[in-house]
Amino acid sequence: MAKRINPVLIQRVIKAQLWGLTGFTIGILVFIICFISVKGLPQITLEFLTSNPVDMGRSGGIFSTIVCTLYLIFVSLMIAIPLGIGAAIYLTEYTRESRVTHIIRFGTECLAGIPSIILGLFGFAFFVMALRLGWSILSGGMTMSIMLLPTIIRTSEEAIKAVPHELREVSFSLGVTKWQTVTKVVLPSALPGIVTGIVLGVARCIEETAVIIFTVGSSLRLPQSLLDSGRTMAVHFYILAREGISMPNAYGTAAILILSILFINLSAYYIMRQFLRKM
Amino acid sequence: MKEKIIEKILMLLAFSAIGALLLMAVFIFKEGMPIIFKVGLKNFLFSTHWAPTKGYFGIFSMIVSSLFVTTGALIIGVPLALACAITLAEFAPQRLMVILKPTIELLAGIPSVVYGFLGVVLLVPLIRDYLGGPGLSLLACSIILAIMILPTITSISIDAIQAVPYSYKEGSLALGATHWQTIRMVILKAARSGIITAIMLGMARAIGETMAVIMVAGNALKIPSSPLSPVRTLTSNIALEMGYAAGDHRAALFATGIVLFIFIMIFNVTANIITKRWRRE
Repeated sequence: MAKRINPVLIQRVIKAQLWGLTGFTIGILVFIICFISVKGLPQITLEFLTSNPVDMGRSGGIFSTIVCTLYLIFVSLMIAIPLGIGAAIYLTEYTRESRVTHIIRFGTECLAGIPSIILGLFGFAFFVMALRLGWSILSGGMTMSIMLLPTIIRTSEEAIKAVPHELREVSFSLGVTKWQTVTKVVLPSALPGIVTGIVLGVARCIEETAVIIFTVGSSLRLPQSLLDSGRTMAVHFYILAREGISMPNAYGTAAILILSILFINLSAYYIMRQFLRKM
Repeated sequence: MKEKIIEKILMLLAFSAIGALLLMAVFIFKEGMPIIFKVGLKNFLFSTHWAPTKGYFGIFSMIVSSLFVTTGALIIGVPLALACAITLAEFAPQRLMVILKPTIELLAGIPSVVYGFLGVVLLVPLIRDYLGGPGLSLLACSIILAIMILPTITSISIDAIQAVPYSYKEGSLALGATHWQTIRMVILKAARSGIITAIMLGMARAIGETMAVIMVAGNALKIPSSPLSPVRTLTSNIALEMGYAAGDHRAALFATGIVLFIFIMIFNVTANIITKRWRRE
C-alpha cells in the first residue's frame, strides 16, 4: 500500500507556504513605500514645493507641476462628476433592469478596461487634433474625465443602492416628486459613498502618465489658463527619471506622489467605512 | 413636465460612458484602418519588419512580445495573488483581513511610472549582474507587471472566495475533510469563475500597461529569444514613437492601437461573460 501522508501535515505545510507568500507580497509594498520615502523625503523642503523647476528640473522645485496637477484634477472632476452621478441616478432610480441598462453597464465596464495608452491616443486624435484644443489642460482634463467616469458611476451606483428604500417611500408618501426625493433625500444619504469614488478619481489623475503626455504635453511653464500646456507631477517624475536629469529631484517628486496617493486612498477607505457602518 | 425633462437629461448622461467608448473606437479605427488596408492585414500582423520611415509596417514581433510579457506576468503574479487571496479569505483572522486587504489594494494606487523606476533602479541591475544579458528584459518587465496586477487579482479573488456559501464549507468539514482539503476541493472549485474573471482582468491590465514597460523592457525590435532579451510591446511602441511620428507612420501607430484595443476587448468581454455566468450560479 502506498504510503499516505497525513492530511493535517499537508495542511500545515501549505498553510505555512501561503502565509509566506502573503508576507512576501505585503513585504514588497512596505519595501516600495519605505525605499521611496527614505530616498525622497530628505529632498522635500518648503522651497522644493514652492519654487518652479529650473534648468529642465535639474534644480529648483516642482511648483508648476503641482499647479498643473491641481488644474487637471479640477477640470476632470468638473466633467466626470455630473456625468457619472447623473448616470448612476438614472441607472438606480429611473429604470428597472432592462436591455438598455445592460448595455449601459456593459459599456461602462468596457470603458473601465481600456488601457491609458488607448485613451491617450484618442485624446490626442480627438481633443488635441480634431477639436484643435492643442496640448492643453482642457484636452487632458476631458480625456481624464472619460477615464474616471466608470469608477464614479460604479461607486455612486453602489452608494445610491445602499440607501434604504423606506426613506424614498416616506418622501413619496409626503407628495414629493421623484427629482426632489433624489436631490433632497437619496443623494445626501449616499454622499459619503459618492465621495469615495471621487476621491479615487483624484488619485487616478495624480498617478496617470500616458494620457497626460499625449494630451497635456510636458511644458514646464506655470500654466496661465486651461488652454495652456503643462506638466503634471507624474510626467515630471517620468522625464526626470527616464532622461536621468536629476535623481534627487526624481526621488523627491516620487515621494510626494506616493505619499499623496497613500493619503488619498486611506481617506477614501476611511470615508467608505464610516458610510458602511452608518448603513 | 419638469420631471420628464430631468429624466431625459439623466438618460443622456447615462449613455455618456458608452458614447465615449464608441467615439473612441470610431476615432482610433478611422485613423488606423487606412494604413492596414494599404499594407495588407497579413503583412501588418505577421511581418516582423518595422521601419516606419521606409514604409515597412510589420508588428508581429510586438504582438509576440506583448503576449510573452503578459504570460510571464501571469506565471509570476497569479500564484502570489491566489496565495494572498486564500490566506486572507480563509486563514487570516477577520481583523487582520480588514487591514491587509486595503493594504494590498494600495499597491494598485502606486503610479506605474514609480514601478517602472523601481524596476530600473533595483531589478534591472540585479538581473544584469546575476543572470546576464542587458538587464532591461522580458523577465524584468514580467516581474514588474506581476506586482502591478497582484492587487487586482487578489482583491477580486477574495470577493469570489467569500461569496462561496458557508454551507458548502460546513458540509465538507463535517465529512472529515481538513480545512486545506476543503479549500482545494470545494471552495476553489466553487469560486472558479470569479477567480478566472480576476485573472482575465489582470491580463487586460498587463497587456495595456505602458509607462512601466517602456522603462524596463529595453524596447528592442525583435522577437525575444530568451527571457533575458529586451522586448518592445505594442503599448511601448505607440508611446515611444508617437512624439515624432507623422503621416503613414502615425497612422500605423493608431493601427497598433486597434490591435491592442481588440485584444483588450476580447479579455474584457470574456471576463464579463464569465462573471455573468458566475452571478447566475
